[in-house]
Amino acid sequence: MTLQFLADGLIAGALIGLGAIGVTLTYSILRFANFAHGEFVSFGAYATLLLAAIIGSVVAGADQPIGPFSFGWGVIVAAVAAMASTGALALALDAVLFKRLRDKGAAITIVMASFGASMALRSLLEFAFTSRPAYFSRDLQIALPVGLGIRVTPDQIALLGITAVLMIGVHLLLTRSQIGRAMRAVSENPALARVAGVDVARVIRAAWLIGGALACVAGVMLGLLVQIRPFMGFDLLLPMFAAAILGGIGSVPGALAGALIVGVSEAAAVQMIGAEWRAAVAFLLLIGVLLVKPTGLFGRSD
Amino acid sequence: MSDFTPPILVAEALVAGYEPGLPIVNGATISAAAGEIVVILGPNGAGKSTLIKAIAGLTPITSGRVTLAGQEITRLPAHLMVRRGLSFTPQTENIFGAMSVDDNLRLAAGVLAAALRAPRIAETYDFFPDLARQRDLLAGRLSGGQRQMLAVARALLAAPSVLMLDEPSAGLSPKLVDIVFAKLVDIRRSGVAIILVEQNARAALAIADRAYILVEGRNRHEGRAADLANDPVMAALYLGGLRADAGRSAMR
Repeated sequence: MTLQFLADGLIAGALIGLGAIGVTLTYSILRFANFAHGEFVSFGAYATLLLAAIIGSVVAGADQPIGPFSFGWGVIVAAVAAMASTGALALALDAVLFKRLRDKGAAITIVMASFGASMALRSLLEFAFTSRPAYFSRDLQIALPVGLGIRVTPDQIALLGITAVLMIGVHLLLTRSQIGRAMRAVSENPALARVAGVDVARVIRAAWLIGGALACVAGVMLGLLVQIRPFMGFDLLLPMFAAAILGGIGSVPGALAGALIVGVSEAAAVQMIGAEWRAAVAFLLLIGVLLVKPTGLFGRSD
Repeated sequence: MSDFTPPILVAEALVAGYEPGLPIVNGATISAAAGEIVVILGPNGAGKSTLIKAIAGLTPITSGRVTLAGQEITRLPAHLMVRRGLSFTPQTENIFGAMSVDDNLRLAAGVLAAALRAPRIAETYDFFPDLARQRDLLAGRLSGGQRQMLAVARALLAAPSVLMLDEPSAGLSPKLVDIVFAKLVDIRRSGVAIILVEQNARAALAIADRAYILVEGRNRHEGRAADLANDPVMAALYLGGLRADAGRSAMR
């Protein structure tokens, strides 16, 4: 037995966590489970792929790999622009679909609408980019031994670092900034937040922007580490929800902790039991935690 | 309180409710002047809470008019009301329990210009020393009286000209009610108009200048608080036998 599953699980967990933050923010601020969140992940990956290709064709050397990594600065610039585009997509979807349904006020209708939006967006991506997998780079990366029998690629290390920075950034934003306090206030009590002078529409926009941008990063990571497919985000949907629920819906540190648990236990299952048990182990764990603590690990019990 | 001071807040012939055709407030009219405490009394279901929620922008208004310092604010979204100088404290769930006391106040300070926030929070802590000692505590861990103080402090932080409170005495022991009401008297001295919805008529009339009695969403009676407290007919009809202990002061 090796400890490789820890590294694999940590990386999968980071990726799931980036997506789960959006799920948990949408759930706590807009009060619905957004099934289209997986498509934000896929959209982000394809938007980055497209923008990187454009940058690569205009600026010479933009696709030259930086140091030990598989990607050039073109991908980095493209990813930043794609984060903004994915946030914009989330805002647009809210404006044309969710906001209208929210004003009429039936939660289950909004969930179903998000399911429809998920299918529509996925089909749109399939139509535009075909269902053939795409790659940021065809180069193979050599995994380096880092001790204890664990090997990781330079890309994986870079992505773990980026995830850590983003997570700390989101945490600081939520706990230290005025918009973060407003987001926590709306999540706890929207009516009181309005009375306290919080513009709820602005908070909703912030939640979509942050959720969309982080989903985009998850998509780019998944694209760099594995491949880009129209179904990539949809396949991530259940682990993202499992992580958000496990950590306590509404809690950002909880979403990250939940994601790491889901990621590591899935990786452990693949290594120790067999790949076909991957999802089952994560969900057994989810059921176990919820039986003991129904609000999740970091959930409020009010 | 002079009888000739023009009111700062006027709500005229308000009709409001959650479902069309089923008004809870049905033509009520109230006003309050700077430095005045006005109490709204009435039986359960009279629409007292709904009236101030409608003024605060939380309950849809079908007809009628609300003006603040002469400017119309009818149907202005709730989050803009506080920027105009109208603060409201709900009866229950009136603090953010999962946030620290300090974050509750910092959140409320968001309506002020950035440079004014820190000084205003410092002033608020000076006015509520109990809260200053608990600033890092989660608000949900405060005792009932301290919660109510935080709710009032939160509403005051925006430096309102009108402060509306929905049953600030609810769930508090008589001693704590006296403390909270004494604080309201202090606040009134700074020139804030206070509108109070109360079940606890005795304590409320003891600090109020004027009172309205609301029945079925309409004004049934209005007058000076002292006159009302000493009127046996009113007391028997609407105030639940208030007469018996009306002489006792709620103030210490």
